[in-house]
Amino acid sequence: MKLITAVIKPFKLDEVKEALKGAGVNGITVTEVQGFGRQSGHTEVYRGAEYTVEFVPKIKIEILADDAQVDAIADALVSSARTEKIGDGKLWITDVGAVQRIRTGEKGPDAI
Amino acid sequence: MDSGNTAWMLMSTALVLFMTPGLAFFYGGMVRGKNVLAMLMQNIFAMGILAVLWAVIVFSLAFGDAGNAGVIGNLDFLFLKDVGIGGAPGGPESFLGFLTIPFVLFCAYQMTFAIITPALITGATADRLKFAGYATFIAAWLVLVYGPVAHMVFGGGWLADMGALDFAGGAVVHINAGAAALAVILVIGRRKGYPDEPMPPHNLPFTVLGTGILWFGWAGFNAGSALAADGIAAQALMNTILAPSTAMLGWLLVEKLKNGHATTLGAASGAVAGMVAITPCAGFVGGMAPIYIGFGAGAVCYLALGLKARFGFDDSLDVIAVHLVGGLFGSVILGLFADPAINAVVANPGLFITDGGTELLKDQVVASAVTLVYSFAVSLGIAKAVQATIGLKASDEQQDVGLDLSLHAETAYSN
Repeated sequence: MKLITAVIKPFKLDEVKEALKGAGVNGITVTEVQGFGRQSGHTEVYRGAEYTVEFVPKIKIEILADDAQVDAIADALVSSARTEKIGDGKLWITDVGAVQRIRTGEKGPDAI
Repeated sequence: MDSGNTAWMLMSTALVLFMTPGLAFFYGGMVRGKNVLAMLMQNIFAMGILAVLWAVIVFSLAFGDAGNAGVIGNLDFLFLKDVGIGGAPGGPESFLGFLTIPFVLFCAYQMTFAIITPALITGATADRLKFAGYATFIAAWLVLVYGPVAHMVFGGGWLADMGALDFAGGAVVHINAGAAALAVILVIGRRKGYPDEPMPPHNLPFTVLGTGILWFGWAGFNAGSALAADGIAAQALMNTILAPSTAMLGWLLVEKLKNGHATTLGAASGAVAGMVAITPCAGFVGGMAPIYIGFGAGAVCYLALGLKARFGFDDSLDVIAVHLVGGLFGSVILGLFADPAINAVVANPGLFITDGGTELLKDQVVASAVTLVYSFAVSLGIAKAVQATIGLKASDEQQDVGLDLSLHAETAYSN
């Protein structure tokens, strides 16, 4: 089992969600986050005074996936989140030791 | 007594009263989220304490013995004595004898000016005033500064007697509050972290909402200052639409040229600068004059934003640039555009008007300078006295935590 974590542009969330559903994903967790990468921040101007805002708003998506599904899900996410402009974000995949569904107590891949 | 005039002045009083909550939102949107309640509180509290002080003594100091060509009124109207539902107590021959509205309505209308004027100062001192110190300061200021200045200009005191004109408070309200703001920020110093830490506005929609309320209320401020529902009031209303409009354009043009963007905050600030500048002129100028005055005020006030960086003072929300500079600009430029064809009170036409001269211009400069110096000096004294006794500036820790929580035990926004 794997955990797929991706940081994407906020306006891409709907498109990514639909693509993930299409790839057979049953559930995702979405968090509003901020950070910086190569895109860096942006400048805001108030009454002539410039402020640099270093942290850019992003959306973090987390998806639990069975090993067999991981590549298809990652491909769907990457292709739907891509704009080919700087700031598109990143995706990473980590191993998950154990998963349990709270309602039923099911464990392992059945819980995904 | 005239029912039409009375109806309009009842309305105008309500309009001007609404400006103070409007100002609260105009300023409140520009501060950081941890200080927004403190800002709203300072403004709303002005409606509490200053209304009472006005009724008890300050109305009498401003309008007692009106027309005495002096510096202050008397105690004839202490505790609203003789302030009744009939005309002015002195009869038709007295200085206020021209009024065709109940005297108590005149008192209420002027009270709304006395409420908003000290509240204007809160923009300069934003994010760092102790509440008790603030309350003490504005109370003392209303008595020692607003009362005498209102008397000298509105109450037939020596500046009015000399020939200076101020239709709705370019000197009494804006130069007066702006000079006081400068004095107070010199006493209390900068916000903790200024200018190294970014302190961007937390809610510009509030600021735009506040601008709308101010503009709406300003109709009562300026057109109401005719003290009658007549042609002068109509002209003042027209000018109060045109000047803020063109000031917005002037501000945005300079902003776009200098910074590359026309901003929402710029549009709001420019409009307010235009309202300020047209205030002394509103019932004295006509035709295209408000357009020139507004456009000039927008550009000049934008450029005046640079003063605080140049001289190193922390005027949090630019009260100096908008109210002091805008008030000076409007008061002085009236010397160019004042037109007896609009208002017969104009004895010396402005320089650009037929048969005009420099006499009025000179009077305007003197009245502006006197107001500025008097207000600055006395405000400096009051601020230092309050600072030395009960304290005027919030501690670094209180500023870090935010004034909402540290001073009022509240927060505006839950997480």
